Amino acid sequence: MDWVLAVSICQAAVTAGTPILFAALGEILAERAGVLNLGVEGMMLVGAVSGFLVTVRTGSPWLGLLGALVAGGLMALIHAALCVGLRANQVVSGLALTLFGTGLSGYLGKPVIGVPAPSTFRTVEVPVLADIPFLGPVVFGHDYLVYISYLLVPALWFFLYRTRPGLHMRAVGENPAAADAMGINVGWTRYIYTVAGGVLAGAGGAYLSLAYAPTWLENMTAGRGWIAVALVIFAGWNPLVALAGSYLFGGVDALGLRIQAVGTVVPSFFLSMLPYIFTILVLLVSTRGGRRLGAPGALGLAYDREGH
Amino acid sequence: MRLRLERRLDVPTALVWATPVVSVALALLAGALFLALTGSNPAEVYGMMLRGAFGSRYGTTETFVKAIPLMLCGLGVGVAFRMLLWNIGAEGQLYMGAFAATWVCLSFPEWPAYLLLPAMLAAGMLFGGLWALLPALPRAYLKANEVITTLMLNYVAILWVSYLVHGPWRDPAGLNFPLSPPFPRTAWLPTFPGTRVHVGLVMAIVAAAVLSVLLWRTRWGYEVRVIGESPRAARYAGMNVERNILLVMLLSGALAGLAGACEVSGVVHRLQHQISPGYGYSAIIVAWLSRLNPWAILVVAVLFGGLLVGGYAVQLAGIPAAVAYMLQGAILFFVLGGEFLTRYRIRLVVPGEVAPERRAAGAAGSGSAPGAGDAVAPARNGRAGDFGGN
Repeated sequence: MDWVLAVSICQAAVTAGTPILFAALGEILAERAGVLNLGVEGMMLVGAVSGFLVTVRTGSPWLGLLGALVAGGLMALIHAALCVGLRANQVVSGLALTLFGTGLSGYLGKPVIGVPAPSTFRTVEVPVLADIPFLGPVVFGHDYLVYISYLLVPALWFFLYRTRPGLHMRAVGENPAAADAMGINVGWTRYIYTVAGGVLAGAGGAYLSLAYAPTWLENMTAGRGWIAVALVIFAGWNPLVALAGSYLFGGVDALGLRIQAVGTVVPSFFLSMLPYIFTILVLLVSTRGGRRLGAPGALGLAYDREGH
Repeated sequence: MRLRLERRLDVPTALVWATPVVSVALALLAGALFLALTGSNPAEVYGMMLRGAFGSRYGTTETFVKAIPLMLCGLGVGVAFRMLLWNIGAEGQLYMGAFAATWVCLSFPEWPAYLLLPAMLAAGMLFGGLWALLPALPRAYLKANEVITTLMLNYVAILWVSYLVHGPWRDPAGLNFPLSPPFPRTAWLPTFPGTRVHVGLVMAIVAAAVLSVLLWRTRWGYEVRVIGESPRAARYAGMNVERNILLVMLLSGALAGLAGACEVSGVVHRLQHQISPGYGYSAIIVAWLSRLNPWAILVVAVLFGGLLVGGYAVQLAGIPAAVAYMLQGAILFFVLGGEFLTRYRIRLVVPGEVAPERRAAGAAGSGSAPGAGDAVAPARNGRAGDFGGN
């Protein structure tokens, strides 16, 4: 493989991995607090369409991003209200969120299908750093959202492992009863991080419709929300590993597209299957023997102070 | 005086059945509010949906046509959910069923109907079942999360069918549309006279009957229900949990596969790209709304079939059909929220007064220590597949 191609594939891996990264970081927040949210796909879709609609209306992708964050957060709020407030089954509620989000985004986005975005997040090369061979274009030849995601990863890691609120949040996810006894408000903690997770999923959606595509298409997430959920398990609920994992998934995606562009005997349909098959394989490897290293102890369980 | 939540010790039957009905009503109300906010006239939209779905003979029969795959997939999803196997892959299993039935039909077009049709349906069930077995194996032996694997396989199955109808199976006379050649008349499922409703409806009713006998009248059904309520108890009782996971997923996938075979053989009469508008996903809502009861699934599937047909009807007025899916999601939200009221009782507590159940609980020694034993909360409410701790 020649050098130019390698650089372009790696660059594309970062681009394709970024929406998954945002969503996975959000899911790590929610799951670390003990709330499993399978609605990532739906939250991303609603984020993508909201971001796009606001951008079409205002002409500003930054306002669009803001709209996507709010929309993602509101979607997650539904999940939090059902699962934390009303102690509903988290799996079913998450599925409902995805189905609802698919329908809602389809409804809202109907008038703007295929409309070009008036303004998008464009590539802004970082001065000096972008001139480094290989690393320059791959790491520093992107748009602002990618740079934000770079900053978000260490920030979240620091928050999780080195701050008091991060500790409280992990306590709520590991053992809500103990956290409750310590005086931490389990309900509010779960509300806050579930919503924060939705905000980040919204950002992932906005990246798709305002930078990656950049346009609105029905179901444009194409399973990326689910891949993000799988990635969280693969990453052992650690933001740093999630970064590497996202680019790995992005790389598989980019590689498939690149092979298609070159033209091969393998039909494009099979290449499009790659990210999904890869997700399954990664999941099998990372859960081998039923051990899920790093899984929050109370993940997926409603907390009820009264016991059962 | 303040509000207190208490877990109900037993749930009145009336409440169990009233909750979904009230939930649907509230979801429609919320949907109306949303429609009004986005500039549509809710009364008009709902009226159009209702007329479209049930207002004419054609509409009503179309509702049943759409209800058949929802029934079959809903029964399949429901039996898996009963064992806390989150089979989200009915959509892909349906596609594989459609693929297998088409394969048989294109391979043996000269066979007489009495041979061809059963072979097609059997192939559909087999491939749907095998497609569900694929994620069931790692679920049973590696505890690999089945939500993600079944869902990922949906995309693979849909791409596989797309490949076939765009490539090797594309109809040479099809003007380059992604369609397989049309099936011979011998491969068409019989329909009820004058309608497009095919005998898949009878199969769905038979399937519901068989499932309710299996679940409540056989040893195996008892095992499935015990495993669903408490896998640990089932293991102590010597039940083979792994084998039952495989069996239930096989059955679940076979039902979805049958739905796919019925779609190609009974409705479309060929294989095409997008053979299903998301029946496999809607079936999840149908099953949950029916509380996993096979007979209720049949009824709810008809309502959801109506929702789909109604969704197409409003498209004529320029309102996206996606409104039907949005309503489906909203219905599930309200059903989930409503279940809270069947599990908990809200009561006003006057300071100093102790609720009778609390006294009893205290006397029994389990007390009200914060979160004591929330890990053993009833399975349906608490456990979340394989994401959390066991």
